[in-house]
Amino acid sequence: MSDKPEKPRVGVYVCHCGSNISGVVDVEGVRDWAQEHLAKDGVVISRDYKFMCSSLGQELIEKDIKELGLERVVVAACSPHLHEKTFRTASERAGLNPYLTELVSIREQVSWVHTDKAVATEKSKSLVAGTVERVVYNTALEKLKVPINPNTLVVGGGIAGIQAALEIANGGFHVYLVEREPSIGGHMAQFDKTFPTLDCSACILTPRMVEAGYHPNITLLTWSEVMSVSGYVGNFNVTIKKKARFVNEELCTGCGICVEKCPQQVVDEIYEAGIGHRKVVYTPFAQAVPKYPVIDAPNCTFFKNGKCKACEKFCPTNAIDFAQQDEYLNVEVGNIILATGYDLFDARRVTNYGYGRLPDVFTSLEFERMCNASGPTNGEITLRDGKTKPKTVGVIHCVGSRDKNFNNYCSSICCMQSLKFAHLVKERTGADVYEFYIDMRTPMKSYDEFYQRVLDEGTLFVRGKVAEVTNAARAEHEKGKLIIQVEDTLIGKQRRIPVDMVVLSIGMEPRADSKQTGQLFGISCSADGWYLERHPKLDPVSTMTEGVFIAGCASGPKDIPASVSQGAAAAARVLDKILQKEVELEPIRASVNEAKCSGCRICNNLCPFNAISFIDDLAITRINPALCQGCGTCVAACPAGAINGTGFSNEQIFAQIDGILTLAPARSAGVGL
Amino acid sequence: MNKYIFYPGCSMEGSARAYYDSLKVIEGPLGLELEEVNDWNCCGATEYLSINLIPAYSLIARNLALAAQQNTETKTVMAPCSACYLNLEKADYYMAERPALGEKVNEALAAGGLHYTPGSLEIRHLVDVIINDIGLETVKAKVVRPLTGLRIAPYLGCMVPRPDYQKRWSDHEHPSELDDLMKALGAEVIDFPLKTACCGGHMTQIGPETAYELIRRLVSGAEEFKADIMVTVCPMCQMNLDAYQSETNRYFGTNFHMPIVFFTQLMAVAFGINPKEAGFGLELTSAKDALAHIGLEAPTPAAAPHKKAEGLPMPKALPKKYGGE
Repeated sequence: MSDKPEKPRVGVYVCHCGSNISGVVDVEGVRDWAQEHLAKDGVVISRDYKFMCSSLGQELIEKDIKELGLERVVVAACSPHLHEKTFRTASERAGLNPYLTELVSIREQVSWVHTDKAVATEKSKSLVAGTVERVVYNTALEKLKVPINPNTLVVGGGIAGIQAALEIANGGFHVYLVEREPSIGGHMAQFDKTFPTLDCSACILTPRMVEAGYHPNITLLTWSEVMSVSGYVGNFNVTIKKKARFVNEELCTGCGICVEKCPQQVVDEIYEAGIGHRKVVYTPFAQAVPKYPVIDAPNCTFFKNGKCKACEKFCPTNAIDFAQQDEYLNVEVGNIILATGYDLFDARRVTNYGYGRLPDVFTSLEFERMCNASGPTNGEITLRDGKTKPKTVGVIHCVGSRDKNFNNYCSSICCMQSLKFAHLVKERTGADVYEFYIDMRTPMKSYDEFYQRVLDEGTLFVRGKVAEVTNAARAEHEKGKLIIQVEDTLIGKQRRIPVDMVVLSIGMEPRADSKQTGQLFGISCSADGWYLERHPKLDPVSTMTEGVFIAGCASGPKDIPASVSQGAAAAARVLDKILQKEVELEPIRASVNEAKCSGCRICNNLCPFNAISFIDDLAITRINPALCQGCGTCVAACPAGAINGTGFSNEQIFAQIDGILTLAPARSAGVGL
Repeated sequence: MNKYIFYPGCSMEGSARAYYDSLKVIEGPLGLELEEVNDWNCCGATEYLSINLIPAYSLIARNLALAAQQNTETKTVMAPCSACYLNLEKADYYMAERPALGEKVNEALAAGGLHYTPGSLEIRHLVDVIINDIGLETVKAKVVRPLTGLRIAPYLGCMVPRPDYQKRWSDHEHPSELDDLMKALGAEVIDFPLKTACCGGHMTQIGPETAYELIRRLVSGAEEFKADIMVTVCPMCQMNLDAYQSETNRYFGTNFHMPIVFFTQLMAVAFGINPKEAGFGLELTSAKDALAHIGLEAPTPAAAPHKKAEGLPMPKALPKKYGGE
């Protein structure tokens, strides 16, 4: 540890936060104690104020900096997450480098978690003492400025990604829209009608798809996946794999003759949700964008045994190219929007509902395809035999959602989706419909009105979680039916309701590969697997990684309007960055003392932001300051002590610990930083 | 050789004699070596735990203490009875999870000079041992008389797959393991939706009407799916469905005839052992027709001893039209 520098002049400011802090902490006591006992550490003034974050509170600090010549400022108030920026900006206004001001949390870490006033007051003093000793070692830091590449990468071509891409492209900047399926459109392209207005999903979606497909500012990369990402906000370098389509896009006119002539048919697990077929050379649906088909090589007769080539024979423009290889593209972008969407819960996991065992139990997505006029039954609602119309249909809500055995969260769309199903069944078959719900959740615009409408149509609602769907009949009238066993919690009785068809309203889940994708882009997931927002309320489309934004269901279940709003919001954030032309980065960064680095590479794989690289010829590690987010993981891991965290140097940390421990009783109060 | 400490439980010596006999004849072919717990006692069945926890657990844990001190090279206790298995497993689990309970139980055991440290034994059911340790391949290899053409309703009952503390079963509602074992014998296995439903347990004693309904559902379910025979892993399930089937028929005015036997009995006949040695003929609802279906001759069950009515007959129940049942 270096010698203590000449004592700088420190000001201490203790906030009451109304009664949030002063209700538990003796604020005046802390103020007086700091004035008296921390004078030796350089404290020249100690004040308290009702609301330090108010303009008057900030002006108090600014005035002291100017008049008393303060060189360091310590504010004991709320968490730095809330107001660190406020007080650092105030200091900057008064001419003090913002990084010489520190916040001590005596609200979240003291008054909100303790009830004993004496102990809380002592703990506050300790924390203030620690920060006063620490701030002495703070150094003036300058923000980093990085230029921004105006191109943007949007990953995922569902409605959220399409919206984001269009907003940015219309703003005049270039977008690479990457989609791993052969067409953009996402889940919305599979639906028949959208709630609550019942407009045709394809009719409102396809114009957007076409616009994205032909937009001069959008490079559409379907049947493609992002393989690697390097760089940092403003300057990302992205490698994209364009999977071989085996169709030459320059020559193909999208006439569809190859699809028609292909003799091989397989079950379409993706677009048709497993209840329909597609050819081996295919476009997922008629309105696909782009119009070019792909050849599903693992299922193709030619790829399997070298014979067939029917598609090639009949193609009028010789566009079939069996020799096509995967292509790798490198693109440079300044910002990234992840709109990677969701997977559906696998209903087979709820074995008591019999999906996969009982033929006439369907999932909601299967049912969507069945209702769709271009689906496998041309829009007819039938049992698994493809012919018989059901006379009674049971729709079960919350399958896999709000269930501690599966997913705890509410998937938010299933109530409305189930109501839509009830309406469609009534309209197309006249069958009786039972809805089995735990709670009805219809909070958005015109949603509850739709619920009322479905009630008026005579749909029968049973409140209770279904225990079982079984084909084990107990009575004559149950024979040959699916029996839904449920506790009707409104009448307090067990009921057995025989139906012909069951639709399971399955919940949403994060993409199966969301963790890997998160790692690829340097963002993290919640315990459930959804991407974490920078702030769930105030910054829902940003992530903790600068320049990487999220939109749509990637961060949690959402309906179409919410996904579209998020796509637009993420685009607005990106446009804001592009228009600033350069970005300011927090200077809290790690750096390697190259003389001390032994080249052990322990830190190399720890960095969550891919900021660390190993320089082979020098056998040392370097940290890219623009990528580093200052988390400190590498600093703690370095066995040689060669990595220094700006703003969190060893001197600062040890001084802070020393300060905290000056008050012996603090140990018993369980001081935690 | 797969060696286990064997806890037979009371029913194996009485009502589930067929289970015991058939287990004994397949031990050799399967390479099972069973060493019985010396001086074992009743596990308390399904009743005692709901009356008084400490004595109930002490009763069970005495067996665990005896098994643990028995000098063998294995630490796995195998019980063929579902109730015994679950009780042993529960005692082991809750003595560890609730240390205060463990202490009290050990205090009681100390009176007999015994002690049991929870977790020191592994407790398993016979069917789990056969499927997971011995394996379906070994079973298949021993089949000389495949049960081709016999339609089986596999009935696991409720106590083996639930609560499944050690997560040994593929599922708690529709586990497929017993189906696979029966398929390994060459039988045709129906997708029995009630395979883990309740047989009524001790309700036959305290509320027979409830038990009759549960038995009816199972038997009529198996019949509806056109099963020839039901197969079980549990002496209580077997007894309820077998011995109370005629009562159930009388109660509902039905005419079910659904034999229910232990899985080991079918394994034995598939291994070429003659049905009598495999315990056939001990059941009350005769399996003769079912076995005849695949060309096997089974002994006819002995006629139930005729119960002589005591005292004078009771008047009939109030007819329904007067508000009776």
